[in-house]
Amino acid sequence: MKQGVFSQVFKGTVMAAAGLAFVAGGAVAKTELTVYTAVEAEDLKRYAEAFNEDYPDIEIKWVRDSTGIVTAKLLAEKNNPQADVVWGLAATSLLLMKGEGMLEPYAPKGLDKLDPKFRDKDNPPSWTGMDAWVASVCVNTVEANKNKLPTPTSWKDLTKPVYKGHVAMPNPNSSGTGFLDVSSWLQIFGEKGGWEFMDALHENISHYTHSGSKPCKQAAAGEVPIGVSFAFRGAKSKAAGAPLEIIVPKEGIGWDMEATAIIAGTGKLEAAKNLVDWSITEKANKLYNEGYAVVAIPGIAKPVKYFPEGITEAMIDNDFEFAANNRKAILAEWQKRYDGKSEPKN
Amino acid sequence: MRAYMLVIVLYLLIALAFPLYVMLSKSFETYAFRFDAVEFQVDRGEGWGETLNAMALGEGLGVVAPGALVTTADGRFPATRFFPDFSFRAKTLYRIRNTKEGSGGFLVKGRPATGTDWFELTSGEFRRVQIRPTQATGTGNYLSYFSTPALFTSIHNSLMIAVISTIVTVTLAFLYAYALTRSCMRFKGAFKMIAMVPILVPSLLAGIGLIYLFGKQSLVLKVAEWAFGEETVAPWWDMLANGAYGPSEIYGPTGIVIASVFFTFPHALIIIITALSIADARLYEAAVALRAPKPRIFWTVTIPGARYGLISAAFVVFNLVITDFGVPKVIGGQFNVLAVDIYKQVIGQQNFQMGAVVSVVLLIPALIAFTVDRIVQKKQVALLSARAVPYEPKPSRRFDRAMFAYCCFVAFFVLGVLAVCQYAALIKFWPYNLSLSLGNYNFDVMDGGGWDSYANSVRMAFYTAVVGTFMVFTGAYMVEKGKGFNSGRTGFQFLAMMPMAIPGMVLGLAYIFFFNHPNNPLNFVYGTMGILVICTVTHFYTVSHLTAVTALKQMDPEFEAVSQSLKQPFTKIFARVTVPVCLPAILDISIYLFVNAMTTVSAVVFLYSPDTTLASVAVLNMDDAGDIAPAAAMGMMIFYTNAGVRLLHAGLTRGLHRRTQAWRTR
Repeated sequence: MKQGVFSQVFKGTVMAAAGLAFVAGGAVAKTELTVYTAVEAEDLKRYAEAFNEDYPDIEIKWVRDSTGIVTAKLLAEKNNPQADVVWGLAATSLLLMKGEGMLEPYAPKGLDKLDPKFRDKDNPPSWTGMDAWVASVCVNTVEANKNKLPTPTSWKDLTKPVYKGHVAMPNPNSSGTGFLDVSSWLQIFGEKGGWEFMDALHENISHYTHSGSKPCKQAAAGEVPIGVSFAFRGAKSKAAGAPLEIIVPKEGIGWDMEATAIIAGTGKLEAAKNLVDWSITEKANKLYNEGYAVVAIPGIAKPVKYFPEGITEAMIDNDFEFAANNRKAILAEWQKRYDGKSEPKN
Repeated sequence: MRAYMLVIVLYLLIALAFPLYVMLSKSFETYAFRFDAVEFQVDRGEGWGETLNAMALGEGLGVVAPGALVTTADGRFPATRFFPDFSFRAKTLYRIRNTKEGSGGFLVKGRPATGTDWFELTSGEFRRVQIRPTQATGTGNYLSYFSTPALFTSIHNSLMIAVISTIVTVTLAFLYAYALTRSCMRFKGAFKMIAMVPILVPSLLAGIGLIYLFGKQSLVLKVAEWAFGEETVAPWWDMLANGAYGPSEIYGPTGIVIASVFFTFPHALIIIITALSIADARLYEAAVALRAPKPRIFWTVTIPGARYGLISAAFVVFNLVITDFGVPKVIGGQFNVLAVDIYKQVIGQQNFQMGAVVSVVLLIPALIAFTVDRIVQKKQVALLSARAVPYEPKPSRRFDRAMFAYCCFVAFFVLGVLAVCQYAALIKFWPYNLSLSLGNYNFDVMDGGGWDSYANSVRMAFYTAVVGTFMVFTGAYMVEKGKGFNSGRTGFQFLAMMPMAIPGMVLGLAYIFFFNHPNNPLNFVYGTMGILVICTVTHFYTVSHLTAVTALKQMDPEFEAVSQSLKQPFTKIFARVTVPVCLPAILDISIYLFVNAMTTVSAVVFLYSPDTTLASVAVLNMDDAGDIAPAAAMGMMIFYTNAGVRLLHAGLTRGLHRRTQAWRTR
């Protein structure tokens, strides 16, 4: 009797579990590629639609999150990768993954058309670039007038006492954009000068944010007059009606690129190669150009609305390997200098 | 029956004990450079020289110290630092190899090399060679945690915030509960309902509301300026904002405390109301007869009578605050607390080992608070004997009015925060374009998951309610009504109490480590709706379990005895008698699980996948990206859903009461 009851209950549990699995799973028809990305949510649908025009048999299953979370996810899954392709993740993150042996080197068709800056140096490359996102300073003109702040034109301007408590920037320990800023300052001003600059800037910082777009959105909403962020975000907020001016500091600006790579050990290598081939086509680059002013194939980018001028020229000659290899040391130093001091000011 | 109980014990082991164990071992996973396992050879144009060990070479040069080899998984050491005369233009050739398999190896052309073969490189290629750290086991992570001031000051910060919030919340909740139980003011039912509202929203919505109310573009300031004129208000505001009386900037500890008080208030209130409503009127009569003055009665009768409730409320609030992640993330500014540190370590730096260390540190205060609470609970004996006379408050005009005013103030604040969130969600572009629009509800173009995430949340909450109620209630039935197998039942009781002490963040992180391990046969759950349901059920297991046990305790064990003597299987009595009798409690459990599954952030933030994005996480992510108005809009969607379900539940309970609970009234 008891046995029967137990097996009944057990059957019930198994069926409930099976029901759950069914709900969670869903049907599979075409080749399904799991693609990890940090591309903005609103762009993903367009990318997938355009890709499916040429490859209707490959269905993209997006895993989208902020750069930090996608990187953390990929590294956490290192021994058991869930992704087939990474399409649209910071090159610095991909370098980290390359160092873990997680990327499948592959030379996609049309590789030679790319600006050499936009590909992995090694042959065959482990990753190829799509577009660049570029640091910028967002200034809220209404709040700046209210606080009688002059418009800054350079990074050094931001260290002037007049801006005390009026600047927000992303914390490099939690934001890729923050790290991009810090590594670019170390390259622009040199190691010693870079830290001196940040010491002075720290005096003016109102708060550090966890995400890279937040300083600019906060500037757009008037929560802070000046936000160190990236140009793309500023242009979007400006388009939404924010009283913003997007400044390109004259010393030059740091940048990182969104890039594509195949995850080593994927069971769908052919489909993955198709996707990477497509990701560097002119068609794809034109798609990237809708949001980004700088793309991988030189000469095809059209100016993007609300983007500041002279942005391509201002991009520094970024040494990604320097950034990736020294990341740990830079972050530790930053944390020691500025994070320990983030006690409330009495 | 015993076998079935084993199934549930197994569930708790898999969903709780094993993941935590894996996380604990992760915190002891260290990384250090093993230079002694790397060798070089150099050819300066005269053939290959002798083989050089990197450790010996480095120590000789003073670039490597034996104690300073500890690093993290992404630590890198350039090979060129072993050669001070290195120039990438020189025609020198280099060879490098590992002396043994299994060490971290080094990067050649950006890719890892762990074999023992020589790599021959030109100086241009050698320039890029980086040595990787090797994994080992030890306490190194803890040592580096406690030697990094930026990290361990968080312990102090977290404790401070939790203690202050606890004191404030318990005091406010006590007053409120006192008004509800000991005064004759009007609208008690409405006040009680309003005070429960914060349970229905994610904790971080309070942070968002506060930013709108008191942030740089403060609504309060705007209203004050409009009412009194900008010149009158400005000096007052400056005094407040610039901290004439200590830090009052809303981004930071002040904001965290206010928002924490907001979201923990109902939890404390429920416990204290229960404690205050079991007073024995005879004690008060005796006190009055002895001519004790009112304050004295308060301190010698009321407070001692409610002391266990107060202590219990204090520990619940303390635990909630110290483990909460949403509030400090949204409004904490640069003020570091433990829960956010875990997030920063894992998401910002991909340093899982240090994330595990912070998790273990965060477990300690939570475990202590939990243990003390259990001890106190055990000491509590029934105050209400059969002869006790329930206390009935007497009307007192002044007292009732004062209490009414206080409750109005609290209710106004609670509703005010929500109203502001709703208002902000409908504004086109605060504060520059105040026209109304539904643009912020266009979640599909925001970074966070879109309307799908809302649907997912409702689905997840529904599954959690169904599966969880089933698990919890049958589990509680086994513990309470089972016979024999005592050690197993005690073990089960212990496991069932555990989740209360585990911060959601820690549970979520433990799940990644455990379920995504390639050798785990349960690996397939990872990234599905299933893992979210399992995690949420486990996270909220304890309170549900206690509710079920309480309900079951009310039932006479004779039922089981009778059914056994009639040779009926336990399932029959379970389905025919126990479940119908306990239906109100079962409904309570399912609504509790549903509401919490809708609002939980900390446990699921590491676990959702593209198909299973959740509304509560969307609120977090949208706020993180700076889309704070859509975040408020989504938060309010969660509120409306929960409020709707709650109302449905109230109606259902009432109907059921009439049908199945008639036996309670004679």
